Amino acid sequence: MRNIIPILTVVGLLILVWYGAAVALNAQWARDVAARADKTLTFSELVADTWSQEKPKLPAPHQVGAELWETTVMKKVTSKRSLVYHTWVTFSATFLGFVMGTALGTLLAVGIVFNRTMDMSVMPWVIASQTIPILAIAPMIIVVLNAVGLSGLLPKAIISMYLSFFPVVVGMVKGLRSPDQMQLDQMRTWHASGMQTFWKLRLPSSMPYFFTSLKVGVAASLVGAIVGEMPTGAVAGLGARLLAGSYYGQTVQIWSALIMAAALAAVMVGLIGLVQRVTLKRMGMAQ
Amino acid sequence: MQENQSVISARNLDLTFQTNDGPIHALKDVNLEINKGDFVSFIGPSGCGKTTFLRVMADLEQPTGGEVTINGVSPEEARRARAYGYVFQAAGLYPWRTIGGNIRLPLEIMGIPKAEQAERVKRVLDLVELSGFEKKFPWQLSGGMQQRASIARALSFDADILLMDEPFGALDEIVRDHLNEQLLKLWARTEKTIAFVTHSIPEAVYLSTKIVVMSPRPGRITDVIESPLPRERPLEIRETPEFLEIAHRVREGLRAGHGDD
Repeated sequence: MRNIIPILTVVGLLILVWYGAAVALNAQWARDVAARADKTLTFSELVADTWSQEKPKLPAPHQVGAELWETTVMKKVTSKRSLVYHTWVTFSATFLGFVMGTALGTLLAVGIVFNRTMDMSVMPWVIASQTIPILAIAPMIIVVLNAVGLSGLLPKAIISMYLSFFPVVVGMVKGLRSPDQMQLDQMRTWHASGMQTFWKLRLPSSMPYFFTSLKVGVAASLVGAIVGEMPTGAVAGLGARLLAGSYYGQTVQIWSALIMAAALAAVMVGLIGLVQRVTLKRMGMAQ
Repeated sequence: MQENQSVISARNLDLTFQTNDGPIHALKDVNLEINKGDFVSFIGPSGCGKTTFLRVMADLEQPTGGEVTINGVSPEEARRARAYGYVFQAAGLYPWRTIGGNIRLPLEIMGIPKAEQAERVKRVLDLVELSGFEKKFPWQLSGGMQQRASIARALSFDADILLMDEPFGALDEIVRDHLNEQLLKLWARTEKTIAFVTHSIPEAVYLSTKIVVMSPRPGRITDVIESPLPRERPLEIRETPEFLEIAHRVREGLRAGHGDD
């Protein structure tokens, strides 16, 4: 309970600012419409209008809320107009990309920790890969994969993987190197092999780093999936909704897709946090 | 009963570390024989090379000159044959393993069968008086108990030599007394050869059959004292004149080695 009150306070403040900003940004349109009809608006009429326009510059929170309700609860989930359907499309690409990115990141980290040549050669490329703007490379990945006959889920998942393997590599390299000299000396006195040291010491020691990386990775993965949905011609997914919304000036639709994406990210990070807490507690490593 | 069979032998041992601030002479011309069943303490100020010497015996450091043999072979061969158990200053128990699981760790690495592992864990826990704590996790034990568990782990694979690097250095005086007493009992029961690094004069005199006094810059042995105390030692022995006399000689040795600083 102690944690929820500060959060609710911030949420309340944000909503207040949001309503205020809606008035300020949408007022010009309301005044223009009124001027054309030769009317002048009182202050309360102005406020009421700015909070209920059809294509506002900034929709008011209740408009976004109504749109969310309309497109989630009131629509069948199989409908193309259902936000739940689009969220599922984005989630499946995010999840697949996240799993692939985690696997790739972990493998690279193991290689980097165990092989000096890989440490020297791979790490600069891993870092360089993240300096390329994803917006530039995403359409090319889609086009190239399409040319070899891959379309749909996999190209989006690959873009997700491209973004999510990075935090996993960095975190796991650090985690696998976290055992101190004494622990490594101890293994040496028992004449343990490299594999035994890895499975019995390095891997368990890296778990706190692993979960922290996963949280960053899953959020990056979601961004990758959304970006990947934009150049596919706005077929399905939250990215497609964002793009379609901006084509047709459907700001309410854009904002509801944004909020859905944020909620999806929160749920995924929250779930990983839960697994993290339970695992680390059982391993006696809870901070 | 006491056969004078040499277990650890160092001849003209030299070790120089190359650091950014120039070479550091950690060990210079060290000669020592440790016989089977001895309890040898190494005492001296920081930087005198006592821990380095122990690490050379364990094949954790490579000497730059001279020779060490363990059971007649090189430290590396001895390590591969798992000839010694090493106890570090920190217990170093894995938090994700129970006490039993921690003691099983070296046994798993050495490929000892499951049934025998269980039997050995029971036996060494009994030796360090921790029976009944097998299923507990390290955080549920006090610092002294954790260190006892780490000694049990070092004993679990039946090495005849126990190398201990300030194992009780981080514990308070009362716990330390208790563990010293227990260690002597354990030594009497198991007839191990023990090399023990310490900062504490009373600890060294109380435990050892042989006290090696070392001094720094360069690290070298300044005195080797054969203790006339009997092997059976109650804590009260520390008030006897013989005990105080040895302690005095250790202190003199430390002071002489210190030179002008």
